[in-house]
Amino acid sequence: MAQAAAHHSHDHDHGHHDPQELKMLGFWIFLVTDVILFSTLFATFVVLRNNTAGGPGGAELFNMTGVIIETFLLLTSSFTSGLAVLAMNKGSMKGLISWLIVTAILGLGFIGFEVYEFVEMVHEGANFGTSAFLSAFFTLVGTHGLHVSLGLVWMIGLMFQLKKRGLTPETKGKVSALSLYWHFLDAVWIFLLTVVYLMGVM
Amino acid sequence: MLDKIKEFASTFFVTGDPMIYGADVSIALATIGIVFVLTYFKKWGWLWKNWLTTVDHKKVGIMYILAAILMLFRGGVDALLMRVQLATPDVTLLHPEHYNQIFTTHGTIMILFMAMPLMFGLFNIAVPLQIGARDVAFPFLNALSFWLFFMGAMLFNLSFVIGGSPDAGWLSYPPLSELQFSPGVGQNFYIWGIQISGIGSLATGINFIVTIIKMRAPGMTWMKMPVFTWSVFSSCVIIIFAFPILTVTLALLFLDRFGGGHFFTLDFGGNPMMYINLIWMWGHPEVYIVVLPAFGIYSEVISVFSKKKLFGYKSMVYAMFMIAILSFFTWAHHFFTMGSGADVNAFFAISTMVIAIPTGVKVFNWLFTMYRGKITFKTPMMWSIAFIPNFLIAGLTGVMLSVAPADFQFHNSYFLIAHFHSALIGGVVFGYLAGLYYWWPKMFGFTLPETPGKWAFWFWNIGFYVCFIPQYSLGLMGMTRRLSTYGWDTGWQPLNLVSTVGAFLMGIGFLFQVLQILLGIKNYRKLKDTTGDPWGGHTLEWSIPSPAPEYNFATIPQVEERDDWWAEKDKRAKGIFRKQPPIEAIHMPKNSAIPFIMSVFFFIAGFGFVFGWSFFYIPGLIGVAICMICRSFFSYDGDYYIPADEVKRTEAAIRGSV
Repeated sequence: MAQAAAHHSHDHDHGHHDPQELKMLGFWIFLVTDVILFSTLFATFVVLRNNTAGGPGGAELFNMTGVIIETFLLLTSSFTSGLAVLAMNKGSMKGLISWLIVTAILGLGFIGFEVYEFVEMVHEGANFGTSAFLSAFFTLVGTHGLHVSLGLVWMIGLMFQLKKRGLTPETKGKVSALSLYWHFLDAVWIFLLTVVYLMGVM
Repeated sequence: MLDKIKEFASTFFVTGDPMIYGADVSIALATIGIVFVLTYFKKWGWLWKNWLTTVDHKKVGIMYILAAILMLFRGGVDALLMRVQLATPDVTLLHPEHYNQIFTTHGTIMILFMAMPLMFGLFNIAVPLQIGARDVAFPFLNALSFWLFFMGAMLFNLSFVIGGSPDAGWLSYPPLSELQFSPGVGQNFYIWGIQISGIGSLATGINFIVTIIKMRAPGMTWMKMPVFTWSVFSSCVIIIFAFPILTVTLALLFLDRFGGGHFFTLDFGGNPMMYINLIWMWGHPEVYIVVLPAFGIYSEVISVFSKKKLFGYKSMVYAMFMIAILSFFTWAHHFFTMGSGADVNAFFAISTMVIAIPTGVKVFNWLFTMYRGKITFKTPMMWSIAFIPNFLIAGLTGVMLSVAPADFQFHNSYFLIAHFHSALIGGVVFGYLAGLYYWWPKMFGFTLPETPGKWAFWFWNIGFYVCFIPQYSLGLMGMTRRLSTYGWDTGWQPLNLVSTVGAFLMGIGFLFQVLQILLGIKNYRKLKDTTGDPWGGHTLEWSIPSPAPEYNFATIPQVEERDDWWAEKDKRAKGIFRKQPPIEAIHMPKNSAIPFIMSVFFFIAGFGFVFGWSFFYIPGLIGVAICMICRSFFSYDGDYYIPADEVKRTEAAIRGSV
């Protein structure tokens, strides 16, 4: 199969390989490394989750209403990023940009709620340095939040590029990678919701 | 005001030790010298255009190797200082704190800033050429990986003269590495030096996996792939699973130190054992990351210099993947004595022992490859043969250490030191040196002179046994590691003296290698590799001229056999020539300054985090972000074509009349 694939690219591209195909595979492998990164943080959190050192635990701190709203926002944004790719595949630049804007707004909403939640916790005296549990909590959830924020910067930058370059194989490749990344963050959030919040308040 | 400056300078710069003043002076002189030479010969433009901004995998490889050799020197000097200190009892060359710094930096540099870059250098030199590709999958990322490694290494080395070196051991176990017990900036240098270069390593892992999966020449099925490329592939698979763990571990340690977290502290619910588990979940696979490519090199070299196909190719490949998988189930053998319980210890003892099986398979394959072969004793082959008896010792003592109850005796003793130096010098360094000699003509277009190479080999090899065999005994006699001095009453003096002599023999071996390279450069016309295939090689890199032209292959080869170049040469000898496809324009990536500039910003950010100076790390991080955005916006015209005529002219010039 590798032979057939190589022949294929050889025939029409004189030994040069389809860069989008390479980038997509590279991006998938990058996501594997990100899975390991989050797994390590999850493991750390699970080991330390009961080490509250006399400080507040999850059950006292978590505001589940906020968490449910966050979940709703992020899951919807994952759906709309899928719609953006569908619009792109139909060749509709307008549809693509519009759905990306909706996705970005939903993502911003998620970040907003998360920041609010963090600020609330700090006001209640639950800091990063209060206990091992809270160090692990802020790091795990914060790393996810940082990923979402970076994704937003990426999304906004990509919209400018799309305006300037139009729909080319390169820009299409970038949108596909972004969408993959966004779905991945969604999947990580499901685990966060379960392991951190639901198991925390149970 | 002046007092304040003085006070700042006395904490900022490391003072009070004549050796450090000596280092300051030599660093300053070397820098002035380099700047002067570059200016005098007007080479700044050349340096920038050909090296600092290059994305050519061959040049990136050479830069990796050069940096690795420099780091070998630095780490080697550390080793010699330690051996002088331990040669006889009650030596006061190094005070204990300085000794702690030296063993810490020695270990860190040798593993992360010497072995890793030397390995990546060989990856870069050999892999694209072996699989018949024009470049790696992501040339820009490849250059970025190199510069991240380089800046990380420089940041780490800076600790020597600015701020103070880390002294909590090469893996920086908490609570010793926590702020409470290591209040200086040394630990921060450790964290950021490794963190920055670690990002580069991870990117290299991804890069080479994609390269090997997607860019093999037509006809090169998985089971026709050269065995070195296989070893790189398995090593990269371990990298992508292990390095994210290191990234997180160091980040958490930094959050403890910088942000007041409690991951690994002794109070507020922190768990130092957590760190030790995490660091070894990266650390043990790391050993296999560096040794698997060495196995790949031995396989290539032994086959070529025995003029025989590799015995048991498929079992070699399976053995490498067995090792890659098993490497993730061995981490707890590093702390059998820390109270994990009998069941856990038994599990990790057995999984550690099991690794000996695929490794043994490989050793037998190498022996059978040599059996009835026509062996020529060139330097790469000498290093490969010398590896086998040594690895037997390293392997057997490794199995001894993996026996959990016995480990309670050996733990943290010189027995352990001797074992892992056997594995890492005799296994890894010997292999990389063999690879360096083997591919040297492909890199530079001339072979290295054999005579000084053989002197180097014998000094290294004999010195190696003289240095480490006594340490097995010292370990059993009760000498523990990280010991800065000992008394006459211990009875360790004679063996320690022998060990020190051995270390210096290896140092002389290194000097012979430097001499060998200098002689090679001086006589390069005489040593010129005109054939492109000085060893009678079997893989595709030997089918092109030395040094390889920037586009590697004028036409992409069509692979038919496992040792394709041997098969091709046989056919040519019989007068059967393959029809060459016409030369066409070649698609190439453009040079880019972004990897270098971005890594400089990483360095600035890292330096800021080391001292907690926001006026450094904020601009540094902003610079990194701007570089990333620039790259994204300008990535659309990152390539160009070499016209077919130019390729034809180049080929005609390097191949002479052919």
